[in-house]
Amino acid sequence: MASVTESLPPPRSTTGPIAWVRERLFSSPLNTVLTILAVWLILMTVPPFIEWALIGANFTAATSQECRAASGACWAFIAEKHRLMLFGLYPFNEQWRPALAAVILVALIVLTCMPRFWNKTLLPIWVVGIIAVGVLMWGGVLGLQYVENTNWGGLPLTLILATVGIAFAFPFGLLLALGRRSRMPAIKTLCIMYIELIRGVPLISMLFMASVMLPLFLPEGFTIDKLLRAQIAIIMFAAAYIAEVVRGGLQAIPKGQYEGADSLGLSYWQKMGFIILPQALKVVIPPMVSLFIAVFKDTSLVVIIGIYDLMQSTKVALTDPLWRGFSIEAYVFVSAIYFIFCYSMSKYSRALEDRLATGHKR
Amino acid sequence: MANNRAGRAPARRLNWNDPDVRSVVYQVVALALVGLIGWFLVSNTLHNLSVRNIASGFGFLERESGFAIGESPITFGPENTYGRAVLVGVLNTLRVAVVGIVLATIIGTIIGIARLSKNWLVNKLATVYVEVVRNVPLLLQLFFWYAIITETLPGPRQALNPIPGVFISNRGVKIPTPTDHFAFDLAGIGFLLGIVLAVLVSRWAKKRQDATGQSFPVYRAGIALILGLPILGWLIGGAPLELNVPKLQGFNHVGGATLTPEFAALLAGLVIYTAGFIAEVVRSGIQAVSHGQTEAAAALGLRRNQILRLVVLPQALRIIIPPMTSQYLNLTKNSSLAVAIGYPDIVSIANTTLNQTGQAIEGILIIMAVYLTISISISIFMNWYNKHIALVER
Amino acid sequence: MTAPIIEMQQVNKWYGEFHVLRNINLNVARGERIVVCGPSGSGKSTMIRCINRLEEHQQGRIVVDGTELTNDLKNIEAIRREVGMVFQHFNLFPHLTVLENLTLGPIWVLRKPKAEAEATAMKYLERVRIPEQAKKYPGQLSGGQQQRVAIARSLCMNPKIMLFDEPTSALDPEMVKEVLDVMIQLAEEGGMTMLCVTHEMGFAKAVAHRVIFMDRGEIVEQNKPEEFFSNPQNERTRLFLSQILH
Repeated sequence: MASVTESLPPPRSTTGPIAWVRERLFSSPLNTVLTILAVWLILMTVPPFIEWALIGANFTAATSQECRAASGACWAFIAEKHRLMLFGLYPFNEQWRPALAAVILVALIVLTCMPRFWNKTLLPIWVVGIIAVGVLMWGGVLGLQYVENTNWGGLPLTLILATVGIAFAFPFGLLLALGRRSRMPAIKTLCIMYIELIRGVPLISMLFMASVMLPLFLPEGFTIDKLLRAQIAIIMFAAAYIAEVVRGGLQAIPKGQYEGADSLGLSYWQKMGFIILPQALKVVIPPMVSLFIAVFKDTSLVVIIGIYDLMQSTKVALTDPLWRGFSIEAYVFVSAIYFIFCYSMSKYSRALEDRLATGHKR
Repeated sequence: MANNRAGRAPARRLNWNDPDVRSVVYQVVALALVGLIGWFLVSNTLHNLSVRNIASGFGFLERESGFAIGESPITFGPENTYGRAVLVGVLNTLRVAVVGIVLATIIGTIIGIARLSKNWLVNKLATVYVEVVRNVPLLLQLFFWYAIITETLPGPRQALNPIPGVFISNRGVKIPTPTDHFAFDLAGIGFLLGIVLAVLVSRWAKKRQDATGQSFPVYRAGIALILGLPILGWLIGGAPLELNVPKLQGFNHVGGATLTPEFAALLAGLVIYTAGFIAEVVRSGIQAVSHGQTEAAAALGLRRNQILRLVVLPQALRIIIPPMTSQYLNLTKNSSLAVAIGYPDIVSIANTTLNQTGQAIEGILIIMAVYLTISISISIFMNWYNKHIALVER
Repeated sequence: MTAPIIEMQQVNKWYGEFHVLRNINLNVARGERIVVCGPSGSGKSTMIRCINRLEEHQQGRIVVDGTELTNDLKNIEAIRREVGMVFQHFNLFPHLTVLENLTLGPIWVLRKPKAEAEATAMKYLERVRIPEQAKKYPGQLSGGQQQRVAIARSLCMNPKIMLFDEPTSALDPEMVKEVLDVMIQLAEEGGMTMLCVTHEMGFAKAVAHRVIFMDRGEIVEQNKPEEFFSNPQNERTRLFLSQILH
């Protein structure tokens, strides 16, 4: 009995594809019924969808009559209208500029999510990135034609609203979170009132407020353009939610860290800046990514105040009298765009969460 | 300085290094700043309003509205006041929110449990549902549902008729309603009686179990009472089959009850969207109950349904209720998107009102007041519930 | 010779491709007390968890008090009524009081009236020396107190066999003794068949009839405690003992 008994392979009936099917799909009467129902559901929806989207679809029609004749989807509509939907009213020949701006914004977001860049270089990168986007979109310098922001639209505008929104809301939200935890009653009350007020109302009411009330708040003669109003509303809205997320992160830091910093004689701002916030912000990245995804989706609401983001330019494309009645194709196209962005971000955030968690395990 | 402890505290000089002094100064500065900004905004606003000849105050609520509302649970016509219009808006919002919450909870819970299923197909289908719904904006989903209802459904003359009496067309869903026959009243009484009796039976069964150890099939009895008594009432009333059945007259159906396309699209969009989030809440709640609890209960000899009912669900519910309530709040706030597809909720009606009267500030204040009231009530309930139900620890 | 209360014949178990229990053959007599020891990953917890079907074996036979352990739910329920288990992490139900934890099984599985179940529960709470904690919640008790409640909870079901899965491994050192004392007292009252996975060799020397050493999924050596500790036969046993007895 000195050596180990040889390790035998498991019996055939418990591993391998047949066992998997039996275990996962048919392990009990209830399971079998569920599997049959699920298969029926798939058969009822997937083949008709494939039929509509691919097989019966028309990809190349030149006019809408030709396209309507197809039994399935009319993707030619997308081919015809995709520039309008993606870029809004931006001048046709200059559309490489918003495209490049969109790429820069996506790069900024991706870089911020990579732990490798979580250091002092992040802030200058953001500043340079946003200036570059501004230069590209407005033009007027470096030989680029000037384009008013009422002509911006589509996907780049959605990205700008979301990214700039979060970028400016972040420091604001950070201060709100610190204020909420402050021991000074006046500051704490002000911050709580702001956060609870904003979180209790829908974004739509903030957008209405911005678009209708801001002009009244300003002295006579001052105007503030519509895009800026929407951006301000989004910033104010996001700041309240960021404040709550950061507050959760601050609460997660063990009291010992605060006490250690105090015992070293650090001032409040030194303590926060060197010890507490760097740790808290790491903890807070996954919920921040969720928040960014939510803000990205919520930018679609600016359609209600008439700004030409991706949603609105799609709606406008649908009003062309020559190409009517293809809403489903348009919505499927736009949904795919949103889905690709949001799903990749959320998948990445989950992977990031796992990676950061292992760093904390002892 | 320490020697002074026994007597009065030494007099304090106003010293910048004293944290209390600094705290007071910061707060005064902050309040002064907020006050200044507030005064600046308010004075500009008053000036701008007077320049445009707009009165302020809520007096406009008593003026005649002059517009009609697409659907309303109470009567409303153009001769009614703005105040009544606002009331209709609130009622419409509550109507879609309450029905939405109930349906979303049911569907979300089922999908959440499906995500935990060992059946690979069911698990994956639920996952696809949740991922698609959570990654596409709600507004887009609402437009999608609205487009399906208004563009792909046939007109009333060729309405779909899946069940006798139910007509589905691009003008909405029409369903038959019970007539005033007293048999239906008896059925209603039977339903209420069934609920009361079910509660009494469960109390009696618990007493009996405490005394003798014997268990009683409380759930089966309860369902029998709640379903059986209404049917009994209806039978006693003579078992009439008359209903208000919608009939095609001219271009539309008359009779029965209608679910407008706007309501149907808003409800479908809100329910399907929120159910995706509720599914995740339910799933993580159940997963959070450690596996050791199930094992210990199984080791005691408890059956699967007993383990679920006595050990897993009570713990899971404690974890689930707070985020679930937050999802209910989100659904209510998201109902404000109704303005995009033409359902007359409070935002839509307030918007029309402020456009017609120019009373922008009052209009926005009304909207915010309505939602804040709902949010704060739910928050208060949540805090009470959390304190009441928290697991007692050292 | 009376039949053994637990019989395991040629029991094999795999986790996927990993062969975690290899040809386990074990007979436990009525009233016998066995300590199972071995390095982590040796399969000792898995083996005892197969006895009350918290783990399923793929090959071989397990017979508990005359009932064979198969997929038949009725058999599994009958066996679980006879077998009590104490877990490393206590697994008390945090939403119920201590008293309710103890009466849950008797009321819902044994169908006892509430008064009778509570009387039994208080009797066992006195046996484990914490009757005053009856109305408290598990979160209010120390680790040692929680584990004693867990032992009382299993005893309330009047089992014939008690399984202990590393009952003191999660406790702070000063609380280990109070739990071991309860287990020794239980053993000395006599009659209870006990299978205990533990590293507490003092406990083994005090009450065990047999000590079993498992390594890499198989039973390497088993013997009376005096023989086992003074005269280990197998190389691997000697290595293990040298590592834990220092």
